[in-house]
Parts: sequence; structure tokens; C-alpha cells
Amino acid sequence: MKILKLAIKNAGRHKLRTGLTIVGLAVAVMAFGLIRTVIDAWYAGAEASAPDRLVSRNAVNIIFPLPLSYKEQILKVPGVEKVSYAHWFGAYYTDPKQFFANFAVDHHTYFDLFPEVIVDSQTLANFRSQRNAAVVGQILADRFGWKPGDQVRLIGTIYPGDWDLVIAGIYHGRDKTTDESALMLRWDYLDETLRATVPVRAGYVGWYISKISSPAEAVRISAAIDSMFKNSLAETLTQTEKQFQLSFIAMSGTIITALRIISYLIIGILLLVLTNTMGMSARERISEYAVMKTLGFKPFHLVQLIADESLFISLSGGILGILLTFPMASGFGEAMKYYFPVFETKPQDLLVAGIFALCVGILASMFPILKATRVSIVDGLRSIG
Amino acid sequence: MSIYGERSRTIVEIEALSKSYFRDSLEIPVLRNLNFSLPEGEFVALMGPSGSGKTTLLNLIAGIDRPTKGKVKVAGTDLAQLSEGELAKWRARHIGFIFQFYNLIPVLTAYENVELPLLLTSLSKSERKEHVETALGIVGLSDRMHHYPRQLSGGQEQRVAIARAIATDPTLILADEPTGDLDKKSAEEILELLSRLNSEFKKTIVVVTHDPRAAEKAHTKKHLDKGELS
Ligand SMILES: Nc1ncnc2c1ncn2[C@@H]1O[C@H](COP(=O)(O)OP(=O)(O)O)[C@@H](O)[C@H]1O
Ligand SMILES: [Mg+2]
Repeated sequence: MKILKLAIKNAGRHKLRTGLTIVGLAVAVMAFGLIRTVIDAWYAGAEASAPDRLVSRNAVNIIFPLPLSYKEQILKVPGVEKVSYAHWFGAYYTDPKQFFANFAVDHHTYFDLFPEVIVDSQTLANFRSQRNAAVVGQILADRFGWKPGDQVRLIGTIYPGDWDLVIAGIYHGRDKTTDESALMLRWDYLDETLRATVPVRAGYVGWYISKISSPAEAVRISAAIDSMFKNSLAETLTQTEKQFQLSFIAMSGTIITALRIISYLIIGILLLVLTNTMGMSARERISEYAVMKTLGFKPFHLVQLIADESLFISLSGGILGILLTFPMASGFGEAMKYYFPVFETKPQDLLVAGIFALCVGILASMFPILKATRVSIVDGLRSIG
Repeated sequence: MSIYGERSRTIVEIEALSKSYFRDSLEIPVLRNLNFSLPEGEFVALMGPSGSGKTTLLNLIAGIDRPTKGKVKVAGTDLAQLSEGELAKWRARHIGFIFQFYNLIPVLTAYENVELPLLLTSLSKSERKEHVETALGIVGLSDRMHHYPRQLSGGQEQRVAIARAIATDPTLILADEPTGDLDKKSAEEILELLSRLNSEFKKTIVVVTHDPRAAEKAHTKKHLDKGELS
């Protein structure tokens, strides 16, 4: 028999109380893991971005466009290998609440810049030959039951009206982190329509994407692009794709911050729950600790005894919570798959949750340890009922 | 004078011992200038009215409390010289303490309770087993080894507590009203057991008791009253 065994037996003394504490910790750890997964999902786009792509947008604000003429000029910058462009389209299909990403892209070049977006040759041929063609991701196609060749009517919000498109084909993501829930239509189709209806809005693109020779050149090339348009009507801001994605995420920064705070609050609650349980146990056992001290056990033995019990409970809860996170996250991810194209719990999150559980276990044992080691034997023995 | 004559050594030596408790700045004197010594192999009954300081004196001898004044020398060691850590080690080696309310650890079996103080020794698992089985054999509980305290009667619990106190073969056994919470028959058994520990195993024993029968079993009776020993 060892101290650890006594600690575990002590944990089992109030089965209901310990059980509820473990379940409470497990739920808290699971909630933490889930919230972290949601935050990760937000950042998934930025994580998946390529280091050798730059994005140039209007320096004033992303909602202001850039002239189409910039494309040729950007191409002249040394180190820029390919340039494409896209424009936020912002339409919906039947129900405005069913959001999905859709943008108008240059059908000649766009897919060349995104090797992680896999488009078969038939799809590409269809896209290039038909003006109102659109390429959709697998998840989006599944969501609305779209098949290649289907006629699809989108309802514009930024560009009001009905937009009749034909599904040219379906793209797949090369990586698990590739978004498969977007729709790309042709920029020239949008532009032509605008030319006929609101000509002032024609001839503009939302942002340029440049493939550069080496990620190490990113800073220099960005500066070169931006200086080219300095003092023009539409100055550019060129960033790596990752920075660009992060600036989008920054728009929902408050929510993410709130989620982060909640995740830490959960850890705080976890600490309170376990501290309470451990505090109750320690109070009940003061006389037992005094007996052990009488037998010759030293403070460090009691530290070990109490910390082991606390850690046993916190790690049981932590492990249970981590195990529960997987089914919860996959269920949650399934329900949210149209909104979070990538929803996967990262091992780091679970590691963090585990480390927090460990810290909580240690912290929660502090107060009982102080109490147990500070009370004199005589006072401890007198606390017998 | 010792009944064992010159060859026996002195186990407990108390000189000018005073102990007061302090409530705020108020001094509550409990023991006043006690002097007494106890030779090896003695069996002393310490008597006195409730609140007279018997437990306090026992705690001072056991090294679980510190005197306000005076000297406590037990088994050749002046306890004042020891740090808390040294004192803990010293207790583990020299003192077997028996409490009125047994004070067994409820989640441990009789066996594990007796093994508890042995965890502080360098004994191997099998040596510990030998010690535990011997101790439980002496108190007559070999057949209750794997029972938990709640599965035992009060008398049996106290016998387990005695086994725990003797498992490490201590120099001195201190029992604080060991029969105070027991029925007459169980009390009888416990006293018989203590008496046997003294006669058969030559253990030095101090037992605090109100029970005249206990006092009869002892060689010496000491009375504590109003802070003074007689
Ligand atoms: N830790 C303590 N703090 C204050 N007073 C105490 C403490 N321990 C004992 N006393 C007091 O000292 C006196 C003697 O107590 P005790 O040694 O327990 O007596 P006995 O064991 O003879 O009944 C009592 O009046 C008791 O209230
Ligand atoms: Mg007493």
C-alpha cells in the first residue's frame, strides 16, 4: 500500500460527490475543447492559406474595389509569377439565411493560383466555355443537391436581381483544411451585366491574388505593388493571404474574444468546483491527517496524499472530457458544416485542456494542503466529533 | 524507584514541566511544574478528573505538543532539541499512540491501517506483511485482517488501533482513555491486552483512564489534579 492508493481510496469515499465532480469537470473540459474547436474553425481559412500568395485589396477598405487595369501592372512586378482576381458576389439561394461564400473570379487564371482547389478538366472546360457557369464545392453541392448541368438561380444582394447560373462542375479540396463550401462564378458575366445595368460599377474587381516566386520575397513584392499605386485613386494594400484572411476574422473579433473569455471562465468554474470538493474533503479529514502526523508522517506526505487525490479527480474528469469532446465535436461539426467548412478538434486544444485540468488539480489542492499541514496535531485531534 | 532494579533505564524523564494554553492574551495553565520519571517496562495508569491535563501530558510525552516550560526527555532524547521533522521521525520510531476513539482510517482495511506506520520504515513489502500479521495476531484479529473499520465492533477497532501502535515495535506505548468508549466486556479485553503487552512483550505503557479496573492492572498509579501530579 502506498500514499497514492490511500489517495484514490479517499477519492472514492464519497462516491456521489466525487462522481459529480468528475462529471462536472468532464463537461467543462468538453465545453472548453468545443469552444476552442469553434475558434480554430474560424481560423481554418487563415491556417490553410499558402505562403506564396499575396492579396492586394483597396487600402481604404475591403469593400472598395480596384480597377481591372491593375492586373497587368502587378504582373510586371519582379517576382510576381501569376495574377488573378476575384470579387465578392454576396448572393443567396432561395433562403437568405442559408449563407454560403460566393464570388466572381477570373475564369482564365483563378484555379491556376489555387492548386488546393481541385477542378477536373471537364469542369474547367465547361467553366471556360459558358458565360454563366459556376463551379461549386462538394459540400455546397451536397447541401443544395446541385449536380453538374443544373440550372441554379441565385438572388443578388450586392448586385440585386436574379442570377441564373449553370453548374459547370464540382471542386474538391486537396487538403482536409480546404474549404469545399464556396461557389465561384465568372467575373466577366458579372461585369457584362453591370455594364448593361449600372455601368459605373463595371470594370472593378474586389481583390488581386498574386503567386510569387518565393515566400521570402513577400515583404519586398508587397511593398513594390503598393508603391506602384501610391497616390492613385485606388491605393492598394498588399498582404500575404494569411494576413488577408486574418483581417476578415478580425471583423468577428469580438465574438472570438468573447468565446476565448468564456473558455477561460469555464476553466475558472472547473477550479471552483474542484476546490469546493477538495475543501470539503480536507475539512472532514483534519483529524485523520493529525493521526497520520502522530504516526510520524510529515507534511510532504500529506501534500502528496491530498495532491494525488485532487489530481486523480481532475485527471479523471479531464480524460473523460477529452474523450467526450470527439463525439461532441463531430456532431457539432456535422450540424455546422455549411458555416464552418473545417471543424476539427486539434490535438493541441485537447493538450491544453489536459494541462488546464492538471493545473486545476494542483491549484485545488493548495488550500486543503495548507490547512492540513498548518493545523497542529493537537488541534487536529481535537476536531474529532 | 523501579521495580526492575538498577539495570533498567529511564524511558521518560520530566523536569519542571509546565504547559499553558493561551486564549488571546489570557494564559490558561494546565500543567504546573511537573517532575516525574518512568523506567523501562513500567505500566502506569494516569488518572484524574476530566480537564485535569491528562491528554496534554500524554501529548507532551508523545512529542506531538511542545511544553511552555521545562524538559521532556523520552528514550534518551530531549524533545526540545528536535525540529518538527526530526520529531516526526522520532515519533515513528519510539511512540505507539492509542486514541480513545480508535482513529482508524475508514477507507483502509484493518491490515492497511496497521501497515500505515510501517510505510515510514525501510521494511520491504514482505517484511511489512510479517509485522502486520504478527501485530494483528497478538491482538487476536488475524481473521479480521481485510475488514474495514465500519465492519468491526468498537472493541475490535480498538484492537486494530493497538496493533497499529505496536506494529513498529515502539519504545513507549501511550493510550489515552482506550476503553472510554467501550462496553464493559470490550474494555476488559483491551486492558487485558495492554497488560499482556507489558508483561509478555516488556512494553513500557502509560494509559490514561478513569477506570479503576484499569488502574488495578497497572503497576503504578499517578493522579493528576489541578495541574499537579501525585
Ligand atoms: N488546544 C487547546 N487550547 C486551549 N485549551 C486547551 C487545549 N487543549 C486542552 N485545553 C484545556 O486544557 C485543559 C486540560 O485538557 P486535557 O489535557 O484534554 O484534559 P484531560 O485529558 O485530563 O481531560 C482543559 O481545561 C482544556 O480545556
Ligand atoms: Mg483527555
